Formats: sequence, C-alpha cells, structure tokens
Amino acid sequence: MKKVLIPLSVLPILFLLAYGFWTDPSFVPSPLIEKPAPPFALTLFDGGDLSLDGLRGKVVVVNFWASWCFPACYDEAPVLEGAWRAYKDRDVVVVGVNVQDTEKAAREFMDRFQFTFPNGPDPQGKISIDYGVYGIPETFVLDKEGRIAFKHVGAVTANVLTTQIEGLLRRAPQVEESTGGHEREA
Amino acid sequence: MTAQLGNIALWIALVIAVYGAAAAVIGHRRQGSALLESAYGAVLVHCALVTVALLSLEYALITSDFSIRYVAFNSSRNYPVWYKIAGLWGALEGSLLLWAWMQATLAAQVIIMYRRKHRDFLPYVSAVLMGISAFFLLVLLIPANPFEQHFPVPADGQGLNPLLEDTSMLVHPLLLYSGYVGFTVPYAFAMAALITGSLREEWLYITRRWAITAWMFLTAGIVYGGWWSYHVLGWGGYWAWDPVENASFMPWLVATAYIHSVMTQEKRGMLKIWNLTLISLTFALVIFGTFLTRSGILNSVHAFTQGAVGYFFLAFLAVILLSTVTLLTLRADQLKTEGTVDSFLSRESAFLFNNLLLVIFCFTVFLGTIFPLLAEAVRGVKVSVGAPYFNYVAGPIALGLLFLMGVGPVIPWRGGSWGSLRRNLLGPGIAGLVAGLLAFTLGIRESWIVTTYALAVFVSAVVVQEYYRGIRARRKSAGEGPIRALGQLFVRNRRRYGGLVVHLGVALLAVGIASSSAFQIEQEGMLKKGEMLEAGMYRVRFDRLTSSEGPTHVKVQGVFTVFNERHEVGEMRPGLRFYQRSQDPIAEVDYWIGFKEDLYLILGSFDRQGDWAVIKLMVNPMVSWIWIGGAIMVLGTVIAMLPTRFLSAASAREKP
Amino acid sequence: MNVRRRRGGVVRPGATGVCRGGGIYLALLVLSIMVVVLPLGASSLEEQVRQVTAELRCPVCQGLSVADSPSRMANQMRDLIRERLQAGESPEAVKAYFVERYGEWILLAPKREGFNLLVWVLPFLGLGGGAVVLVVVLRRWRKRAEAVPASVDVDPAYLDRVRREMAQDQS
Repeated sequence: MKKVLIPLSVLPILFLLAYGFWTDPSFVPSPLIEKPAPPFALTLFDGGDLSLDGLRGKVVVVNFWASWCFPACYDEAPVLEGAWRAYKDRDVVVVGVNVQDTEKAAREFMDRFQFTFPNGPDPQGKISIDYGVYGIPETFVLDKEGRIAFKHVGAVTANVLTTQIEGLLRRAPQVEESTGGHEREA
Repeated sequence: MTAQLGNIALWIALVIAVYGAAAAVIGHRRQGSALLESAYGAVLVHCALVTVALLSLEYALITSDFSIRYVAFNSSRNYPVWYKIAGLWGALEGSLLLWAWMQATLAAQVIIMYRRKHRDFLPYVSAVLMGISAFFLLVLLIPANPFEQHFPVPADGQGLNPLLEDTSMLVHPLLLYSGYVGFTVPYAFAMAALITGSLREEWLYITRRWAITAWMFLTAGIVYGGWWSYHVLGWGGYWAWDPVENASFMPWLVATAYIHSVMTQEKRGMLKIWNLTLISLTFALVIFGTFLTRSGILNSVHAFTQGAVGYFFLAFLAVILLSTVTLLTLRADQLKTEGTVDSFLSRESAFLFNNLLLVIFCFTVFLGTIFPLLAEAVRGVKVSVGAPYFNYVAGPIALGLLFLMGVGPVIPWRGGSWGSLRRNLLGPGIAGLVAGLLAFTLGIRESWIVTTYALAVFVSAVVVQEYYRGIRARRKSAGEGPIRALGQLFVRNRRRYGGLVVHLGVALLAVGIASSSAFQIEQEGMLKKGEMLEAGMYRVRFDRLTSSEGPTHVKVQGVFTVFNERHEVGEMRPGLRFYQRSQDPIAEVDYWIGFKEDLYLILGSFDRQGDWAVIKLMVNPMVSWIWIGGAIMVLGTVIAMLPTRFLSAASAREKP
Repeated sequence: MNVRRRRGGVVRPGATGVCRGGGIYLALLVLSIMVVVLPLGASSLEEQVRQVTAELRCPVCQGLSVADSPSRMANQMRDLIRERLQAGESPEAVKAYFVERYGEWILLAPKREGFNLLVWVLPFLGLGGGAVVLVVVLRRWRKRAEAVPASVDVDPAYLDRVRREMAQDQS
C-alpha cells in the first residue's frame, strides 16, 4: 500500500511549477510603498530647479521616462500631460525624470508631446536608483505627507492615475490601500 | 497553400502516431504480427509526414511567405538564405517543429535498425516514442502552430530577434536539440524494459551508443552555447547560470552520471534500479528544461515568448514523472540486486561517489533555479539566485568531481589494494602537487584556483600515465610500434581510452574556467579621439567611428588601434547594431583569441559627431582552453563510440 | 560551470594527494567543502567595487550581475557603488542600501537567513546524507563479498547471447 505513495512524491514539485503560472517573473514589488519618498533635486530642462522637499503638502506624481522607451513612454506621455493640466490647480504636481537619455532626444520628446510640467534629467541615474527603478517607464504617486503611496510599472493609464490622485486628494488612505500599493499593466 | 499542406501533414501525422502507439501494444499482446507490422509502418509514415510539415515551413521561410504568421515574425526578405533557413528554429513554434521532426526521424531510425531484433522490446519502444511524438504534434497543432496564417499580409517580415542574427544560430540549437531528442531513445528502451519486465542488461547494451551520442551532442551544444554567449552577448563571460543554461546543464549532469554508472551494471550486474532512474531522470529533465524555457515562469535572456505551451509541457512532465516513478516502484522488487565489492577502494565505489556528486550537483542547479518560485510561494517575497550562489555551492562539488576523475580510472573493479593505488597515483599526485606549488609561488593565493590547477594537472597526468602504460604493455607483449599500439588500445578498449580523452578535455576546460574567472582584467573608459585605455599589457587608441548598413540594421563601429607593451599590434572594430524593432542597440564585440589570453573590446556608446566613445576593454585569460577542452571531450566521445572495425582498419594502415 | 571572479566566499579544498583508508577521501572532500575562507579582508577599492557589483543583480537585465552587465543602468550603478565605497561606506552597507530600494530581489545570492537557508544548506545535507548512505551500502556489499565468494550472478547463457549481440552490433 505504501508503494502508492512513492509516485505521489513528485506532486509537490509539479504543484510548485504550476504555481509559476500565477506569478509574473518580470514584476518586482517595491519595498518603498508606504515609506517616505527619497528626496531629490532636479535641474529642469527649462532652466529652473525643483526640489521634492518644496512640494510637501501636495500630491506628487513622479514619472521616470526616456525618449528611447517606445511605445510605453509614448503611450503614457499624453496621459501625464493631461493629468498635469487637469490637476495643477488642485495641489497636484507632475514631475518628469528623464533617465539614460541625451538632452537633445529628451527635448524633442517633450516638444512632441508639448510637455508643460516640470521635467529634468537624472544624468547619473541616482534618482532612479534611489526609487528602485528597474524598468522604464515607472510612475510613483506620493501623498501630501511625502510618502510613496503607489507605484506603477509600464505605461500608466488615465484611469489609474486619476483614481490614485483623487484618492489621495480626498485623503482617504483606505481607498488607496484597497486599490493596492502596486499595479502593473497586464 | 503551404500552410494548409503543413497543417494537414501534422494532423495526419498525429492520428498515425496515436494509431502506431496503440497498434504496437495491441499487436504485441495479441501476437498479431500484421498489426505489429502496421504499427512499425505507421512510425515510418509518421516520419515522412512530419518531414513534409518541416519542409513546408522551410519552403515558406525561404520564399518569404509572410501570410504565415511565424514567417512574418521570424524572417525578412533581406536575409541571406541561411538566416531564412535558421528561422525555423528561431522561435517557439518552429523550434518545436524541428524537435518533432528530429523525434520522428529517430523513431524511424530505431524501427529500421531493430525491426528484426529485440522482438520483446520493440513494440513498447515504438509505442513510447510515438507517444512522445504525439505530444509534440498536439502542441504544434494547438498552442504553438507554426502554420497559423494572418491578415493582412505584411510587405516584409520582422526578422529574427537581433541576438539570434549570428552564424552560431546555425549550429548551437541543432547540437542542443540533437542531444535532447537523442535521450528519448534510451528512455523509450528503459520504459520498454520496465513494462515488459525484461530487466536484464539487454536494454543497456542496445542503447549505450544512443546515450553516448546524445551526451556528445549535448556536451557540444552546451560548450558551443558558451562560445555564443561569449562572442555575441558582449559581457565577456560565457556562462551566467541563467535558467535556460541551467535547463541544458541539468540533463547533462544526470546523463554523465548515467554514462558512468551503466558500466557498473554492465560489468557487475549491479545498480539496476539506479540506472533506470538516471536515464528516466535525464529525459524528465529534458522536458523540464523545455517547460522552463517555454512557459515563461522564469525570467531568462533566452526565454521564448510564453503562452499556453507551458500548460501542455507541465501536463506532459506530470505524465512522464508519474508513469515512470510508478513503473519503477512496481518493478523495484524484481530489480533489487545486492552488489559485492572486495574493498572500499573499488571502481564501483568511485562510480558511486561520482554519481552522488553529479546528482547533488544537478540537485543544486535545480534548487537554485526554482528557488525563486519556492520563496515566492512560501514567503511571498521575490528573491534571485544567480552566479554567486551557484559558484559558491557548485564550485566545491566540481572540484570533488575533478578529484574523482583522477582517482577513479586507476582503481580496479571489485577492489584494489592501497599499495597498488599508491603506485598508480604517486606520479600524477606529485605532478599535481608540483603544479599547485608552482601556482602558489607564482603568486596565486586564491586556494580554489590553486586547487583547480593542481587537480587538473593530476587528472591529465593520470590520463598520460594510463596511455603510456597501455602502450608500453602492448609494445612488450605484442611487439607493436607505438602508433600501432595506440591504435590497438583504442580497438581493444575504446571506451576506456576514449573516456580518458574526455577526462583530459574536462581538465583543460576546468583550467580555462578557473583562469578566466580569476584573472580577468577589465577597464572601462570614455576616450576622446586619440586617447588610450590600458588593460594588462595592452593599450587601445580610439581613432574614429564608421557606419554601415546591414540587411536589418545600421551598424556603427569604432576603429581602435591596439598596442602591446612595445609596438602596435593591429586594429579592432567593435560595433553597435541598431535595429528598427528594438530600442536597445546590440553590441558587436571585437575579440582576438589567443592560447594565453583573449583581448575583448566592447563599444558601449559613442558621440554622434565621432568625438568620443565609451568602451570596455577586457583581457580574458585562457578562455580558449574552454573551447579546446570541449572539442577534446567531443573527440574522446567519438573515439569511445567508433566502431571497432573502423579502428582496426586505421591501426592496420599504420602498420610499419 | 563557473563564471567569473569569486572574490567573496572562497573555498579551500583540503589536501589532494595520497589517501589513507576507505572512505577517508570522502571525508577529506566533505571537510574541504566545509572549510570556508573568509572574504579577503581589507582589499583595494576596485576590488570592493567588484565584489559588491558581482553580488547585485542588474535591474534592467535578466540575471546578469551589475559587474557583468554592459547596460547603461549597470554602469550608473557601478559609479554609484564606487562613490559610496569611496565615501567610507562598508560593502555591506552599500548592499543594504540597494536591498532597501529594490528589495531582496536585487541580491544575486539570497541572504543566508530564515527560509533562504534551505537553498544554502540542502545541497550540503544531500551530499552528507548521500555519502553516509553510500558508506553503509558499500559496507554491506563488502560483508556480502566476504560471505559469498566471487561469482558472477548472471546466467551464463544470457551473457553469451549478449556477447553475440554486441559483436553483431559492432560489426
């Protein structure tokens, strides 16, 4: 009778492999969720300076992008600009961090999508490493206290962005938690 | 048209494979020779049909028939014809068709070779082979159909993944697949032995050459894969412990254990269950590897795109594991053999420890490969298991194997005495120690490197000593000249002497790996025109940039002049290829290969005006020893397999 | 088998020359595996950079280390690591910084603690356990050999047939 049990010993391995279908190997959850956002200062493309500390009290959307990131960055660019235009008078700031790019290409990209929100380069990659960026584009949404409330990997959609911003504006952390700290496009 | 032809051929082949499997078993049970004959005929017809499907896809690729999705995504009008041909195994669907075709031809070969022999086995062998074929055909027809059509038909195809645009693409996958598919034959015979209960050594003798051939192809495929990684991926290494590399390495390890362990059964009739387990495990690992690379459950550079294929392979793996383990369990009582040895110091025990190390090595690779999955399931946390882990855990095991490779061949079967062992190992032992001391006095302080050198020299010295003794003995007893004596050694005991050559290859490979791991020099820098970067005894000067247009890409090359300590030695042109379909450029390394070291230059980025370039310059010591070692391993395997007839003819020709 | 540069934990296998006594070479082997030399102490900055970068995963690559990856991100990470080490941070602190930002995933070798110990310990347990089993089996086989004088327990007619077949096979 015990003999029957021997073949069954392979089942755990099979189950483990099957479990693999439910996970996404290219998605890595960020340990920074609910933690204070790492501070940074940007020298903006249009000349000014921007410091994250100066934005305390506002909901901040930090987006990491590059002109070579096609099509994701091209898909989300209008969304970011749209969010900026819709919310800039409601204590929301969208900040673009341009990574691993050349200035010329980055400016062309910004012209193409008529960016009006503040954008600056991260020439040594320090900001992106500080935020644990592993794929371009990535979008972080910071609450008014300067904590990272949400991270999105891949092109962000208007729907996701609006929900997150609205949630934080209403200062309703429950909503933000129930939508989960993470999201990733399918 | 082509697509329909291919699809129809696959469907009929599937039906015939299923029929063949059933008819073989029923025919055998009922002693119906007509039914059995029809089953064997089915194998051949099935092979012909899969060939038709394969040729259909090749035809579509060569004629750039972009109405077929697979062709549109993996070929391009501008390709030279060999890239078009290689498009067959450039992606998931086509590579599975190639696999199914190799599987079919092997099955046909088995039937043609053994039809009149082994009447007890063959029906089950053919049933198992047809079962495996049917699985592959099912996959080709449902989740991974290479003949799927699409509309509208694009004007040009997308071309292969840029990393695959290399001549190695014509060689490496074929070697690897030959190895993988080759193991299905010994597996089928092992299953037939278990099913029929005819558990004597017969299946072993029949499949020995099949297993060794498959092992040779797998060895060649893995080493060639290292070479591909080295000269194409542009990171200066050849093995990254990537899941796909591991997937090919695991069956190799177990197959290596099997090839050694079967000798114990042949000579002494021992370890029957163990050998059946090893060959089944080898085959299961082949399927497991295919599952890993094609299911997308693990990240890998080489991974194919994912899809429903993963479910099919997992189900197939489950069927194989459950049925094989059940059969083994049921037959275990009949297979039990108590062995005997006169002493711990016996060839048997050397092989047992060799098997232990190889199997644990494989287990380590397996554990490391799937541990991220396990950690996520249990802890919900993503972890990585990469090179530092594998080097740390597998390194000592590899050194243990190297040690046994020296000791094993000089210990006699059943058992020897300490005295004889001392006599046999004194010379090589001293050689190894001297080599270790020499390395130490030359300033090498990393103990694992010193040990690797010492052991490699030890193993090589054992090989040389065994050859020398063999030749001397033949010269004395038969009065032969040295070359004829060598030929006679191969004739009389080609497996032993071929095996020793394989060991020599492994020793060289180990030296190459150790040296290139420990003494690599690398320098990175941004050079303005005319500036130099220095690494080791080399300096390179950035002269200018050039650009050229290839069929699918634009290539920018840097031109660099290379100097050694004294004078100019030449020019190197590393480049970057820019493809329309991928954003990141692909590096095209320039390298000079040498016996002592390779010079390896990578262009990282550059200024459009050509004023500066960022480069990485590496001096990689003794990497070529790895390729030479691999080639010698293959050569040794060929010697071990050559028909005696051929060898005696060759040695007769040498007659003075 | 091996890739590159193992400056971290280095293993020192024991003496390899002449062996004394059954199973002792196995003991030597096991011992050699257990003897682990501590990471080389105070090493040069570049060596430290190398050591840290080899243990971190390049986030935009697939399984390559920061040391090996030719990508731009890895380049930037190497610079950052060099800068931090230069500023006096310990290699451990630098690694901890990356773990804090990316999670454990960034480490190419899992930390030796908690559940992860499994992946570090199981291979060696397997090796040790397997060796014990082999020694027991070999002991039994030797006892049997003493009890039963050497004989081939395969039926001779069968052997004969096999030999014939092998001859056929080879001709």
